[in-house]
Amino acid sequence: MITLENVSKTYGAETTIGPVSFEIPAGGVTALVGPNGAGKSTVLTMMGRLQEVDSGTITVNGRDITGTSSRELAKTLAILRQENHFITRLTVRQLVGFGRYPYSRGRITVEDEKYISEAIDFLNLTAYENRYLDQLSGGQRQRAYVAMVLAQDTDYVLLDEPLNNLDMQHSVQMMKQLRRTADVLGRTVVIVMHDINFAAAYADQIVAMNDGRVSTVGTPAEIMRPDVLQGIFHTPFEVVDGPAGPLAVYY
Amino acid sequence: MPDVLKTSSAGPDSAQAPASTADRPRQSGPFTDSRHRTRYILLVAVLVLVSAGSTLGILLWDNKAAPGTRAFELIVGMRMDALVVIAVVAFCQAFATVSFQTATGNRIITPSIMGFEALYTVIQTATVFFLGAAGLTLFAGGAQFFLQAGAMVLFATALYTWLLSGRLGSIHIMLLVGVVIGGGLGSLSSFMQRIMDPNEFDLLTARLFGNIGNADTANLKYVIPIVAVTGLVIWLRARRMNLVALGADVTNNLGLNHKREVMVSLFLVSVLMSMTTSLIGPMTFLGFLVATLAYSATDTYDHRLVLPVAFLIGYAILSTAYFVLRHVFYAQGAVTVIIELVGGLVFLFVIMRKGRL
Repeated sequence: MITLENVSKTYGAETTIGPVSFEIPAGGVTALVGPNGAGKSTVLTMMGRLQEVDSGTITVNGRDITGTSSRELAKTLAILRQENHFITRLTVRQLVGFGRYPYSRGRITVEDEKYISEAIDFLNLTAYENRYLDQLSGGQRQRAYVAMVLAQDTDYVLLDEPLNNLDMQHSVQMMKQLRRTADVLGRTVVIVMHDINFAAAYADQIVAMNDGRVSTVGTPAEIMRPDVLQGIFHTPFEVVDGPAGPLAVYY
Repeated sequence: MPDVLKTSSAGPDSAQAPASTADRPRQSGPFTDSRHRTRYILLVAVLVLVSAGSTLGILLWDNKAAPGTRAFELIVGMRMDALVVIAVVAFCQAFATVSFQTATGNRIITPSIMGFEALYTVIQTATVFFLGAAGLTLFAGGAQFFLQAGAMVLFATALYTWLLSGRLGSIHIMLLVGVVIGGGLGSLSSFMQRIMDPNEFDLLTARLFGNIGNADTANLKYVIPIVAVTGLVIWLRARRMNLVALGADVTNNLGLNHKREVMVSLFLVSVLMSMTTSLIGPMTFLGFLVATLAYSATDTYDHRLVLPVAFLIGYAILSTAYFVLRHVFYAQGAVTVIIELVGGLVFLFVIMRKGRL
């Protein structure tokens, strides 16, 4: 379980994120949704200790992340940002191999190779594992990054807008794979995303943020109501019944 | 490319694509396949051969004394000093530039951006300006050498600890401030040079080009251990540097403190740069050239493979240029000029041919 208690972060004099308090239960998929500038990514990167918390505490499995060694935390929690640009040229397998760094410190063992192969196979990248990242399509590259954080073998996987720059087909594919990550591998997946319909279709819990604060936490059924959605996104909503659950219409 | 298109049109949950790796073991590592490994070994062999050739050339070419005599040994000994300087310079430039580019996550800039050369130039210019031509002879020897090297390390360390650990915490701002300070020091130097006695200016100019002949070999006994220890530390940190090259977010996610790694790397870079610059003067284009060629030739992320190749390329280029200029054209002193001309052309050729950095 990840617990946030009165977590806040200040940028300059005007912009403040938080105080934010909520819990992410172990297991399942949690989606962080909200309009631009709501603070979703900031909260996620603070959970992943990529940004420091100005005040408040974040605990992962009961351990305060500021007091835990970064190396130990890397075996419990993995985070992937949306922008990944490397100066070195890597093959898919080499990239995924870096996910084993917390365990191997750069010396890949036979056991590490097993985890690497599993992560690659899980994301259907087996045929491309010896390709260089710059030879892949955007969707394949995104999957390779996810494979790296899966090879890290952590209880928690945090992803910052993994659907960014993916077309519809690859978005669906990515969400199905993340759903399987939670169901088959038993990981806790936390995703920042924009598309409320995607969140409703694939997440178990939705945390809605607004103006730097958490406005609503609930199951997709609880969130997918016109009044709730309008409060979050400040735009008129209609909710219709789709074949696989409620659909938000806003265009 | 057709493969990529085929699978993306096959649909999201298409059955597992047939493994392209059936014929070889599924293994990670810095080499993608055995051909890559063979190419690397061949590359090292060629570089060692070229280096050995130019080394023997420098030692023996036109050595008029008969082998075995005292005169022969004296000549070889003197030429050996030049080779040691070449090795030290190649080592410092190669290791410093590769480490610097990894730490800053940028393969276009060189450590000179931190103002090492500008500082060297201003110190040399100020020496001549205030003490006259006699100052240059005064400003030689161990103590002065360390004063100058220490000033460079101090300057660089102050710059990045201030700019990287503060609220700004941005490597780009640090580089920008480095450029601005470097530019300021450069103007200060050219101001002093403008109002300097022309004869003194002539003496000074000789010191402002990187030149193997500039080196005071008496200082080598301090320089070599310092460079060796620094190089060893960089070597031991090579695996961390592999990770640092992936950027701050990935590095921190995998449990390594990116900022600390960068600061340690920059400190080591400043030590190496201060050593080579104090020894022979500015020669950063060599570092840039060597690093770029090494990335291109090795084509791997692993610093344990890139660093030795970068050093070997540096040694091969520098010793060959020195040999050709000194023993074939009798034009010593112009090594930097030749490296920038020929090296620049080689660099452009490699980039054009490969189509990427």
